[in-house]
Amino acid sequence: MSLMSEVGQKAFNLGVPLAVHIDVTYRCNERCVHCYLDHDDHGELTTGEIKDMLDQLAEAGVFFLTLSGGEVFMRRDFFEIVEYARRLMFNVKIKTNAVMIHEAEARRLRELDVDTIQISIYSHRPEVHDAITKLPHSFDRSIKAIRFLREQGLRVTIANVLMTVNSSDHMAVQKLAAELDAHYTLDPTITPMMDGGTDVLALRIPGEELTQVFQNPALVGNQEEFCAPPQPPSEKDLEGYSCSAGHSFCYISPYGDVFPCVQFPLPTGNIRQQKFLDIWNFSPQMKEVRSIQAKDLTVCSSCTHVTSCTRCPGLAYLEGSMRGPSTADCEKSFYRTGIPTANMLRQGLSKPRRTAPLIQIQPLEIQPIGVAPDTRIPAICS
Amino acid sequence: MPENCIYIARSSAIAARALAGEMMVMNSADSTFFTLNEVATAIFQAADGHTPLHDIVRDRVCGQFDVDLEQAQADAEQFVTELSSHGILIVSNQPLAPETP
Repeated sequence: MSLMSEVGQKAFNLGVPLAVHIDVTYRCNERCVHCYLDHDDHGELTTGEIKDMLDQLAEAGVFFLTLSGGEVFMRRDFFEIVEYARRLMFNVKIKTNAVMIHEAEARRLRELDVDTIQISIYSHRPEVHDAITKLPHSFDRSIKAIRFLREQGLRVTIANVLMTVNSSDHMAVQKLAAELDAHYTLDPTITPMMDGGTDVLALRIPGEELTQVFQNPALVGNQEEFCAPPQPPSEKDLEGYSCSAGHSFCYISPYGDVFPCVQFPLPTGNIRQQKFLDIWNFSPQMKEVRSIQAKDLTVCSSCTHVTSCTRCPGLAYLEGSMRGPSTADCEKSFYRTGIPTANMLRQGLSKPRRTAPLIQIQPLEIQPIGVAPDTRIPAICS
Repeated sequence: MPENCIYIARSSAIAARALAGEMMVMNSADSTFFTLNEVATAIFQAADGHTPLHDIVRDRVCGQFDVDLEQAQADAEQFVTELSSHGILIVSNQPLAPETP
């Protein structure tokens, strides 16, 4: 086990929030076709509120801090936030489309010793990338920014979301990343809209195309190992937990809502009403998320894939139960190994369903400070 | 004060946080990651740029842990040299101004 894994396990066991992802804004200068966010400002945290929150996060033991959005540079105070975070000695990673990064911004990010800058590039073809972002010349601007950042010696990761509209381009984007001396990640996950809209799910690539991705050693490393049939779970495996969401990781929205993960829209509290550690330690929702072991999963506990599946409890929650299956992950497990999942078998399916009926949870309604925090289960919209 | 005083300061290029009494440290330049034991953490936390290493060892190490001063000083100098080679600590024979991002 690497030192980093050991530290991660230690934080998990101790219930320390080792890593936090903060969206500092949902505003954006791009309008990506697959984006799940509402880009209006409904009352973002102020600079002072964010600084106070960062103080609390440092006190709570947070080490890895991801600042994302929306587009982070839509906030005029973004550098002030990064500077404050670095003074508190967080390891800072930034997710951005980079179109507002020029030479001066790249230099400032270097001076602030930001760890990594992750930039979304959807295609090596400018016309395809720009059609996805709906911002003319965004490809050229983002690539130029990557060059500025690399000139400063900063680590850059190109994040490539895989969709129907760019599915044939990922190998060329990977090559482009190599030419730019940037890391490359590929993500086939398309998330439903925050307002419950599921139209964007039509952009998910067909399952058969996932097989091609999973059998590409350039993307998955040892393909035989990656696609190997799952091993039967041991008793210890069934005592295990899904992921770090709510255990050593959480997400905070631009409005101060705290969630177990970016992809797990279960409101657990708001930092305008409560101290972060009170939410982290005492929120009933956070405690419930933490309590779920593999043996508690309604369908997946009996699934042959239970130990190797990437089952996301947040996506499962969006399908109706955080203890239930996540259809998108069932699909990945099936196309990775060719072995049906328990969720498919109980429905008599030879191939996974493309999508499952989804519910969507609205963000926690902000209440005036001084009013007791709302711990009811939030409204659920179909 | 000894003539060969060593002053140590934390680099501004690092990220650091205590986890259960032990310090996690990462250098952003090359992503090298360290965890420091309790004694090393005490030295790291006291690395303010103007307290001599000898005083840190005497007050923060020997004052809190059951170790011999001479041995602790030798170990501390070795530790400081190693962290300095990874860009985690800055070492000088003059007091250092604290680095800020």
